[in-house]
Amino acid sequence: MEYETVIGLEVHVQLQTQSKMFCACRADYQSAPVNSRVCPVCLGLPGALPVINARAVEYTIMTGLALNCSIPRLTKFDRKNYPYPDLMKGYQISQYDLPIAVDGRLEIGDGGEGRVIGVRRVHLEEDVAKMQHFPDGRGGNGGYSLVDVNRSGVPLMEVVSEPDMRSAEEARAYLMTLHSLLQYLGVSTGNMQDGSFRCDANISLRPAGSDEFGTRTEIKNMNSFRSVFQALNFEVGRQRRVLEDGGRVVQETRGWLEGRAVTVSQRSKEEAHDYRYFPEPDLPPLDIAPDWVEQIRGRLPELAPERCARFCRDYGLPLYDARLLTASKAMADYYERAAGMHPAAGTARESHAKQVSNWMLSDLARLLNLENRDIADSPVSPEHLVELIGLVDAGTVSVTLGKTVLEEVYASGAAPRRIVEERGYTQISDTAAVEPSVREALDANPRAVADYLGGKDSAAKFLVGQVMKLTRGQAKPDLVNQLVTGALERRKNEGNGAADSANQSKGAGAD
Amino acid sequence: MSEYNWLTIQEARALLARREVSSVELTRAALERIEAVEDSVRSFITLTPDLAMAQAEAADRMLADGNAFPLTGIPVQVKDVMCTEGVRTTCASRMLADYVPVYNATAVERLLRQGAVMLGKGNMDEFAMGSSCENSAFHPTRNPWDAARVPGGSSGGAAASVAAGEAVYALGSDTGGSVRQPAALCGVTGLKPSYGLVSRYGLVAYASSLDQIGPIGRSVADCALTLSAIAGHDPRDATSLPLKSPGYSLPGAGADNGDLRGLRLGVPQEYFAEGLEDGVRQAVEQALATLEALGASVREVSLPSTKYALACYYIIAPSECSANLARYDGVKYGYSYDGYSYDEKAAAGMWDAMEQTRRHGFGPEVTRRIMLGTFALSAGYYDAYYLKAQQARTLIRQDFAAVFETVDALVTPTSPVVAFPIGEKTGDPVQMYLIDVCTLPVNIAGLPGLSVPCGFVSGDSHPPLPVGMQLIGPHLSEQTLLRIGHAYEQATEWHKQRPPL
Repeated sequence: MEYETVIGLEVHVQLQTQSKMFCACRADYQSAPVNSRVCPVCLGLPGALPVINARAVEYTIMTGLALNCSIPRLTKFDRKNYPYPDLMKGYQISQYDLPIAVDGRLEIGDGGEGRVIGVRRVHLEEDVAKMQHFPDGRGGNGGYSLVDVNRSGVPLMEVVSEPDMRSAEEARAYLMTLHSLLQYLGVSTGNMQDGSFRCDANISLRPAGSDEFGTRTEIKNMNSFRSVFQALNFEVGRQRRVLEDGGRVVQETRGWLEGRAVTVSQRSKEEAHDYRYFPEPDLPPLDIAPDWVEQIRGRLPELAPERCARFCRDYGLPLYDARLLTASKAMADYYERAAGMHPAAGTARESHAKQVSNWMLSDLARLLNLENRDIADSPVSPEHLVELIGLVDAGTVSVTLGKTVLEEVYASGAAPRRIVEERGYTQISDTAAVEPSVREALDANPRAVADYLGGKDSAAKFLVGQVMKLTRGQAKPDLVNQLVTGALERRKNEGNGAADSANQSKGAGAD
Repeated sequence: MSEYNWLTIQEARALLARREVSSVELTRAALERIEAVEDSVRSFITLTPDLAMAQAEAADRMLADGNAFPLTGIPVQVKDVMCTEGVRTTCASRMLADYVPVYNATAVERLLRQGAVMLGKGNMDEFAMGSSCENSAFHPTRNPWDAARVPGGSSGGAAASVAAGEAVYALGSDTGGSVRQPAALCGVTGLKPSYGLVSRYGLVAYASSLDQIGPIGRSVADCALTLSAIAGHDPRDATSLPLKSPGYSLPGAGADNGDLRGLRLGVPQEYFAEGLEDGVRQAVEQALATLEALGASVREVSLPSTKYALACYYIIAPSECSANLARYDGVKYGYSYDGYSYDEKAAAGMWDAMEQTRRHGFGPEVTRRIMLGTFALSAGYYDAYYLKAQQARTLIRQDFAAVFETVDALVTPTSPVVAFPIGEKTGDPVQMYLIDVCTLPVNIAGLPGLSVPCGFVSGDSHPPLPVGMQLIGPHLSEQTLLRIGHAYEQATEWHKQRPPL
C-alpha cells in the first residue's frame, strides 16, 4: 500500500531577553557559573511570585506577526503541573487555551516551489533547570544527580505547526526556514547545540488519499537539522514496516538515539502525564492592546523574502543567488557588508556585487561547510573577501591562485594582500620574465611543437599549461597564451621559408 | 504584668513620642509577658527575643533622631507563613520545620522599614489550612479566654498573642476567614483587605487567588495604622493593585466620630441561617441596634448564591494549593524523608524519596486538600469541578455587586459559633469547614472584611467567650469599614475586655 507521511512540529525557542521570564535574573545563563543566575523566584522558593517579562511577550508577538498569525486581544498564563526535580515550583508557567499568537503560516521554499505550512499557535512559557545525572554514584547509593538552576525561568517560546508536512525533507525545510526567521527577528540565538532551539515532532502514516490521521508517535531528543531529518526518515520506515506487517502503531513518545540512529520507546500513552492545567492565579490575564501590536508590526525588521527581492533589485543579482544569500540572516548580512563596500581599484562596480556572490556561494561556502562553520564565524572577513576580489580583478593573481589565497586567508586570518606578497604569488605580466619559460617549454616538447606546426592547434593549449607550470601559476594566462602562440607562429614561418629568413638574418647581419 | 502589655498601637505611639516609654521598655514588657503566659497560650512557633531587643534599640534611635513612623518601636507578632530573612519560617509544617528564608515578605519588609519590633513568628494551621490552629505540626494554640478552647484559625497564634497581651498587634493571613475568624474567637479586631491591596510577595502561598495579608489588633484604629503601613503596590506581585497606600486615618478617642447618619447597612439573611448559635445571633443583633442608634439605616438584603460559597471555596482553594505545595518534595530545601534503612535507601530512588517526603512532611488536612485539588483539576473532572466553581465564583461576585448598589456595607456574624473545645471538630472536616461559612464568600469575591468584637456568650460550661461582628464592603472600601468599625467601637466597651489569663 502507498502511505502518506504526516508530520507536525513543536519547536521550543529560548528568547534572547536581558532578564528571565518571570524575574530579574539575567537570562544569559549559558556561560555563567553553575547556580549563579538565581533568585527566590526562579528557585521557586516559598512565597516568591512571578512577574511577566514584557520584552518576552513582545518577542512572541513579533514572531507571531512574522508568521502571519493573529494576535488575540486576551491572553493568559496557565500552570502545567508535573513533578520533576528540574521544575522548581512543581509546575511550569505556560499557556494553555489562550496563547499569544494563533493561526499563522510559514512558506517554505523547497527548490523554488513554495509550500505553506500552517502554524497553529505561538505561546510563551519558562524553561526548566538543567539536570546532570551521574549513574555511578559515590557513597554506594547508586548514582546521583545535580541541578543547575540557571536555566530555570529562561523565556521559552513554543511554535506549534499544523500537521502539514508530508516528508522528512519538508520538516527539515520548515525548521530551517523557521530558524532563519527567528534570527532575522533577532529574538533568539537559535543555537541548536546548546538547546536554544529544540524540536519535537509528531509523525504518523496514513494510506495515501485518506483524510483521517493515523496513530502518531512523538519524537524527542533531536539536536540538529540533520538528526531531525534522520529521525523522521527512520520513523517513517519503522511505522511503515509495522503497518505492512499488519501491526498497529502504538501512540507513544520515542527518543532519537543519535549514536545508534534509531528511535526507541520512552513513554506510552497510558503513562502520559495529566498536566492538570489551570489559569495561573499569580498572573492576571493580559490585555494585548491592538496599538501595541501595530507598533511591533511597524518595527518588524526586513525578513528573508523582502530582502531577497531587494538583493535582486539593488545588486542586480539573479534570483537564485539572492535566495541562497538571504536564506540566513548572517549570510545576508555578510553579503551586504561585502557588496556594499567600495570595490577595490580595478573592479567595475557592476561586476563587484555579482563577484562577491560568486565567491561566497562557491569557494567560501565550501570552506565553511567543510568545518560546519557558520558564516558569522567566518575567518575570512567581508573586507578580506573584497580585497581578494580586487587582487584578482587587477590581475595581480589569477582566479586559480585567488582560490588558493582564499584558503590561506581562511586558515590564517591574514589579509589577502599580505599572503600574496609573502608567498610571492604576484602574477607575472612582464613579457621578458615569461619568455624564457616559453622557450624552455617549446624546446622541451618538440613533439607538441611539431604537432602544432602540423596543423594541430590544440597542442598550443598543452604548451600554455607547461608554461603556467614553469611559472608556478604566476604568469598572466592571457600573456602566456599570446607569447606561446606568437612563438609557435614564428617557428611555422621559419619552417615555410627558411631561406628568406636566413636571408633576412644575413641581411640583418649585413647591416 | 505591665500596663504596657495592653496598650494599643496608638497609645504606645503616643507614649513613645512623648518619651514616656522607650521601645526597649515596651519590648522587654512584651517578652516578660510572653515568658509569663506563653506556656498556657502557645501562640508562638518561634520567639526572636534577641532580634526584638536589637530592633527595639534601633527603634529608640529612630525615635531619638526624630525619624519615627507610626509603627516604630512597637512589638508585633508575624504569622509564620510570611518569609522573614534569617528567621525560620515553618508554615507550622514539618515540611519547613527548619526552613530559613533568604528574603523578607514585602509586608514584613514594610513593617521593618518603619522600625517595627518583631517578637517572633505566630502559630497557625499548617500552611494556613484550618480554622482552629489545631493543624499546626508543632502544637495547638489555646484561646486566652478559655485554655480548653481553640483560638480559631488559621491565624490563631496572631489573634491569641494580641488577646493575651503578648504582642501589641500581629500580621495574619486570610484565605477564607483566617484573620477575621480567630480575631472574633479571641475578642480582638481583624481586617482582611481587598484582594490586591497588600502584596503577597513572601506570603507562602496556600490559595493564590484568595490569600491576603491582614492585621489583627486591639482596636480598629490599630488595624488602620497597620494597613496603612503594608498596603500599596508592589512590583514583585503582579496581582497587587497599582495604588499607593491611601493612609487610613481615624479620629482619636473622644472626638465626635460616632455619627453614622446616612450610612446604609445591609443584613444578608443567608448569613443568619442554620448553624448560627443563639448567643452569636443575639450579640450581632444587638450590635445592629447600636449601629442604628449611631444613625445608620439597616435593611435586610439577600445574597442568594451564598449557598455555593463553601463548595466553591473547597474546590478553588484546594486546586490552587495542589499546585502551590507541589514544590515541597525534599529535593531543594526543607524536610526530606530520612527514614530509610541503608539497604532501602539504595533501592528506593528519587521518586520514592519524593513520595515519602510528602507523605511524612504534610499533615492530614494539607494532604486532604492537595488530594481534593488534584482530583478537581484532573482530566475529565475539570469542567465539573474547577470550571463550575469559577462560575459559582462569578455568581457570588455578582451578588455582592448587586447588593452594594443599595447598601454601603453588610453586617454579619464573623463566625457562626464561639470558640469551641480543642479536639471537638478535628474528627469531622466538614464541621470544621462550616465555621468559615460567613467569611469565605468575602475571599471568593476579593472584598474587604473587618471583624470587630461585639459581645460575649456566657454559659454554664464555659467562661464568657467573645463574639465578632463582620463588616463587608465593596472592593477597596476599607476606609468605610474602618469608619463604621471605629464608630461602633467608640460606642462600646467590648474591645477593651481582657481575658482572665
